[in-house]
Amino acid sequence: MSWLVDNFGLVAKLTGNHAALSIIPIILGFAIAVPLGWIANRWLAVRSVIIAGGSLLYTIPSLPLFVILPYILGTRITDERNIVVALTIYAVAMMVRTAADALAAVPADAVEASIAIGHSRWTRFWLVEFPLSGPLLLAGLRVVSASTIALVSVGAIIGSANLGYLFTNGKQRDFLTEILIGIGASFLIALVFDIVLVVLGRILMPWNLRKRSTAQRSSANTGQGV
Amino acid sequence: MQFFLDALRWLLDPANYVAGAVSPLPIQDRIGEHLLYTFLAVAIASIIALPLGFYIGHTGRGRQFVIAFTGMMRALPTLGLLMALFLIVGATVPFTQAAFVASIIALVILAIPSILAGGYAGVESVDPQTVDSGRAMGMTEIQILMRIEIPLSLPLIIAGIRSAVLQVIATAVIASYISLGGLGTIISSGIGLNDNDRILGGAILVTGVALVVDGVLALLQRLSIRRGSSESGPNKKMSVADHSDRRRWRNQPSMKGKHVQVKK
Repeated sequence: MSWLVDNFGLVAKLTGNHAALSIIPIILGFAIAVPLGWIANRWLAVRSVIIAGGSLLYTIPSLPLFVILPYILGTRITDERNIVVALTIYAVAMMVRTAADALAAVPADAVEASIAIGHSRWTRFWLVEFPLSGPLLLAGLRVVSASTIALVSVGAIIGSANLGYLFTNGKQRDFLTEILIGIGASFLIALVFDIVLVVLGRILMPWNLRKRSTAQRSSANTGQGV
Repeated sequence: MQFFLDALRWLLDPANYVAGAVSPLPIQDRIGEHLLYTFLAVAIASIIALPLGFYIGHTGRGRQFVIAFTGMMRALPTLGLLMALFLIVGATVPFTQAAFVASIIALVILAIPSILAGGYAGVESVDPQTVDSGRAMGMTEIQILMRIEIPLSLPLIIAGIRSAVLQVIATAVIASYISLGGLGTIISSGIGLNDNDRILGGAILVTGVALVVDGVLALLQRLSIRRGSSESGPNKKMSVADHSDRRRWRNQPSMKGKHVQVKK
């Protein structure tokens, strides 16, 4: 613990950088995956291509992707843009399937009603489909957020200054405390991000609160049946 | 583009496959090691996680535990886990074996959540009516599990194992930084030597291995779907069975739990 006190400035700086490196891919991933999910539902032929493409990208292991990207992007291997791009690719790959499923799960009645009252495709998406798929999108985003934050640390191997540095440095110095503090700080970021997402969800989707409690009750009932 | 052609040339160069070459060559030995670590870790993790997942899926007890556990594990940084275990294990095990033991423990820990969630979600997704008819026929709980629930949930069980395998293949690459063998050594030695062919060649190789193994498991998953349940497996089966719309709707959120992948 005294190590943490002595090196608090370093840990805080690395934590800040770690959070900054994760936040862009999470937002970008969401912003790219939702339209892709919409397209996937609009044209069935495209759907399998998008879903398969997503899982294919997801299959690429992280360190290899970190080292391949500089050759594609023309960046230097230590450039942090590589990490941001790689994590965005993973975020999209993870999120696109959830987005497609979430948008497909919007009740057909609601969509038809919105057509009947004269919504254009554009307003229907923003006022009906997007809000109604919100809870499932949020669940997907929380998964993306947690795994992105965990993945950032791998970037330390190629020289990125994030909490992963505490892992490589702690290993070199045979100093377990440093590694454990890094893991703790990483968990802390994940927790804070998760709370922010949940609170945002509550604010943006106040109707969801009531629905969820009824859903919980009904799932508890099925649980008893089994 | 030139980089990729050079890397491919490096990959196809027979000189890199000559037995007895200096580590990280020959390439086929590193592939073998990588597959061995993966198999070992996933096998151990399955022995631990599958029975637990079946128990939770069958009884419905401890669902909250699985959800909380898999959620938490997602946020665990693999690199930190590897390094921490390396130091902890290194304190008791001789240095030459520390890397292997620590890596396998780390890989097992990382493989457990997906396999656990797959086993649990699979058993839980089996139609309660089917389970009840088994019970009505006088099957014991064990028989219900072995003859009804596990066979019907095989696609989801394999899906869990599949994402665990991907996770393990990716993490085993990183484990070369605590001097585990395998394909990661090609990349890390390439970074050390500033040898582009090795970095890129190794990266292509790992990606290729991951894609091939994932493809084989995807095929297995497809084959494991029972005749009679429709071709896309349990998801579709719900709609084939005579459920009301509301029922299907309610089932959907629990389907989400099946995206159990944890990317590392």
